[in-house]
Amino acid sequence: MSHALHRDVAIIGGGLVGSSAALALRRMGFSVVLLDKGFCGAQASGVNYGGVRRQGRAPEQIALSQRAHAIWPRLKDLIGVDGEFVRSGHLKLARTEAEMASLEAYATRVADLGLDLELIGGNQLRERFPWIAGDVMGASLCAGDGHANPRLVSAAFAHAARRAGVDVLEHTRVSHVERATDGFYLWAGSNTEIKASFVINSAGAWAGPFAEAFGEPVPLHAIYPSMIVTEPLDVFMSVNIGAEGGGIYARQVERGNCIVGGMRGEPLAEPDFSRPTGSGAVTIMNRAAALFPALRHAYAIRSWSGTEGEMADRNPVIGFSRTTPNLIHAFGFSGAGFQIAPGVGEVLAELVRDGESRTPIQAFAIDRFARTIQGSRADNGLEPKKRETAR
Amino acid sequence: MALLRRLARQELPLVSFTLNGEACLGRAGDTVLTAILTQSDRLRLSDFSGGPRAGFCQMGACQDCWVLTTDGERIRACTTALEPGMNLRTVTEPRS
Amino acid sequence: MRPLIVGAGPAGILAAQTLVNSGIRPVVIDEAPSGGGQIYRQRLVPDERSAKDLYGSEANKATALHRTFAGIRDRIDYHPETLVWNLRDKVADAVTGHRTRRIPFSHLILATGATDRVLPFPGWTLPGVFTLGGSQIALKSQGCAIGEEVVFLGSGPLLYLVAWQYVKAGAKVAAVLDTSPLSAKLHLLRGLFAQPSVVLRGFRYVTELMARGVAVRFGVQPILIDGTARVEGVVWRERGEEHRLTCDAVGYGFSLRSETQLADLAGCRFVFDTRDRAWRPERDGAGRTSMPGVYIAGDGAGIAGADAAELAGERAGLALIEDAGLLVDRARIGVLERKLARIQKFRDVLESAFPFPETWANSIADDVTLCRCEEIAIGDVRAAVRDQGVFELNRLKALTRVGMGRCQGRMCGSAAMEVLAAACGQSPDAAGRLRAQPPIKPIPMGVMAQEETA
Repeated sequence: MSHALHRDVAIIGGGLVGSSAALALRRMGFSVVLLDKGFCGAQASGVNYGGVRRQGRAPEQIALSQRAHAIWPRLKDLIGVDGEFVRSGHLKLARTEAEMASLEAYATRVADLGLDLELIGGNQLRERFPWIAGDVMGASLCAGDGHANPRLVSAAFAHAARRAGVDVLEHTRVSHVERATDGFYLWAGSNTEIKASFVINSAGAWAGPFAEAFGEPVPLHAIYPSMIVTEPLDVFMSVNIGAEGGGIYARQVERGNCIVGGMRGEPLAEPDFSRPTGSGAVTIMNRAAALFPALRHAYAIRSWSGTEGEMADRNPVIGFSRTTPNLIHAFGFSGAGFQIAPGVGEVLAELVRDGESRTPIQAFAIDRFARTIQGSRADNGLEPKKRETAR
Repeated sequence: MALLRRLARQELPLVSFTLNGEACLGRAGDTVLTAILTQSDRLRLSDFSGGPRAGFCQMGACQDCWVLTTDGERIRACTTALEPGMNLRTVTEPRS
Repeated sequence: MRPLIVGAGPAGILAAQTLVNSGIRPVVIDEAPSGGGQIYRQRLVPDERSAKDLYGSEANKATALHRTFAGIRDRIDYHPETLVWNLRDKVADAVTGHRTRRIPFSHLILATGATDRVLPFPGWTLPGVFTLGGSQIALKSQGCAIGEEVVFLGSGPLLYLVAWQYVKAGAKVAAVLDTSPLSAKLHLLRGLFAQPSVVLRGFRYVTELMARGVAVRFGVQPILIDGTARVEGVVWRERGEEHRLTCDAVGYGFSLRSETQLADLAGCRFVFDTRDRAWRPERDGAGRTSMPGVYIAGDGAGIAGADAAELAGERAGLALIEDAGLLVDRARIGVLERKLARIQKFRDVLESAFPFPETWANSIADDVTLCRCEEIAIGDVRAAVRDQGVFELNRLKALTRVGMGRCQGRMCGSAAMEVLAAACGQSPDAAGRLRAQPPIKPIPMGVMAQEETA
């Protein structure tokens, strides 16, 4: 063994969850090593849609989401860049009466949770957002939500962690973890052995085997949300757009490019990478061109997809292992992790320091599947119909 | 004012088109790029600094010669043949 | 069997002809309205110029290639003005105008050609600056010079060829500024034995240019292309002294770079070609890539020129036929491979005679635009290396947007690789390679999907 490290905490997976946890832990004074099999933030955390939204989340996620909500405007202080975060508002469209009813029901359910949702009828919608076409019945606006640039945010968290003194080991795949009486031993890369008191499993779509190694199999499967981006256009889209019932989400960045998602890609021969399908990309483009007349003559210049871990019940796993002391899981964000990830990082740091978090996370316990194990949902290439997955 | 200088093909039939509201003449067999740059010295303004651009590779690779038609269509000038009656527009104001 | 050939230049046409001769009917997709590729590109409508006027010494080859393609027209399924924008699992997505269709194929021959390799200089985005290839197309296809007084700048055989074609056509060429030193041309003496006619033709171009009063300069270090709204002049350094020349157009380039996006989407493994200073698909002598059933030929497989492209196209066609279990002419294969090997050797000579300007990457100023789509500066790359520890091209793209724009790095990719590697103190291959993403060129959001064609 030519490279040995002894740290308080070893974090497997340098996505936004892992790197924000690393940063928070380091600032509490812990010694931390952050491991990623590639570049930090190069998978789902870095190539996702970039939606920073609370609206549409299951009520049990809102407390966590609110905690993260307070972090986003402070990114510049926290990690040195603002990550192009804009509080544009998130507008969720209803295309049928039933969808509008569903938006109304959701607004009632979360009424006390501080999202300040505003329901907007069809006529008013056309007046306030004249750039949206088609038969839209109405919408729900969450003015405090927004969007940001995942490419920048995720890399910046990892970079800030490194500057703060975290050992960030990229291109260092963890091949084996085991627990001995005096702590965890991890083997990574070609020649790195790590001893740590705590291990955080934030390996995203690759987290399953690590959980399983400690006797905690989970219904986690990989999904490949895919996006297209247009050439730069005059700015017309003032809010982050989602749709009740799914199928499309869209935002426009300050430079003028529109990013549109709503379909799923497929993995490549090298399964760490995926790519949108041709017909999926065309479907997204056509939907966007129909919904936004300003895109009718625009060109798509690029498409991509990322690899993300989705749980059977579409809630993440966050919290202590039920089999192994000092092992903490945080994965399975099911296409909706981007906004809450910085909050999750803080929660994970609290778990290490205090053994508990001030934010309720009981709903995300890993043993919930032992009680009601569900089969993994068939992935038919479409975004789920029930809930929007703008991440 | 013109960027390109015609050395040949000067006897081919004239093709009339409109550029930014003005009547212009090109020649049969012209690309839109040729038709515009034999009257003008730019095709567009760059997206971010607003600098003048007039194409570069002329073979459909650099994507730096996109112009507009008056009904909002986008055209890659170097790979599009000039057609009679085309109503072309070049971006003359920096992007909002 | 339903092979797909992408590209109808010398490589694609010869590959198609070879398949047709074995009774196979390929699909041929090409972006241009008619066959010939960039080198033997045809006009949109005929004009008063002869083939000799258009293609010079290569007129017979051009006409023969066009005739070959016309001769097989009814034995291939030909889709001109069509872009293969995505490839996956033996299906190509191809767009013609505003319609896209899925085209299933059994085998794939990629003959996607090349574009100019360009290196940024101050002023390189000004109207009036075109690539050497672009300057040649303006003349050949459109009968236009890129300006009243043209300067040609850069390196590579194309530099002299285009300048000579301009002079022949009656354009005013103010100067030919070669960034490689005169001493490097001594290497061409070696080439006299390998390809005497090519070398002698090159010498003839230079002497004729000089005889017509065109200034030919060697060892030139470009400083800037002058002007605010359009090109007004060129400033360069030569043997320590600064020179300026008034002109209204600049054609420039530094050899060529392969178009490899589709090979990437097809899943082909890439290798770094030190001679081309670029990544290219791994291939055997017959053009087989690492992916079964995927073949590659012509400049898209590594820069070797039009003659090699014809040979390689035929060789790839024969490889496909052979792999499909059909009979091939072994003697012919031997001839093709020997000829190709000879050209490859000659390419080494050319590369020594027109070496890449190695000092460029370290000497180019921070404020020069690197990525003309996204308008990212050279200094942004160096800052990403310095401040964020970036050493890999896709990471650089993610953090700075270099190569993220409409052209997907076609124009800036080579330069970005050089600047990144130099800033890291590494050799260019260490920077990695930009991954291709569909659509490989922009396609309309409102594109209409058509039924699959069998």
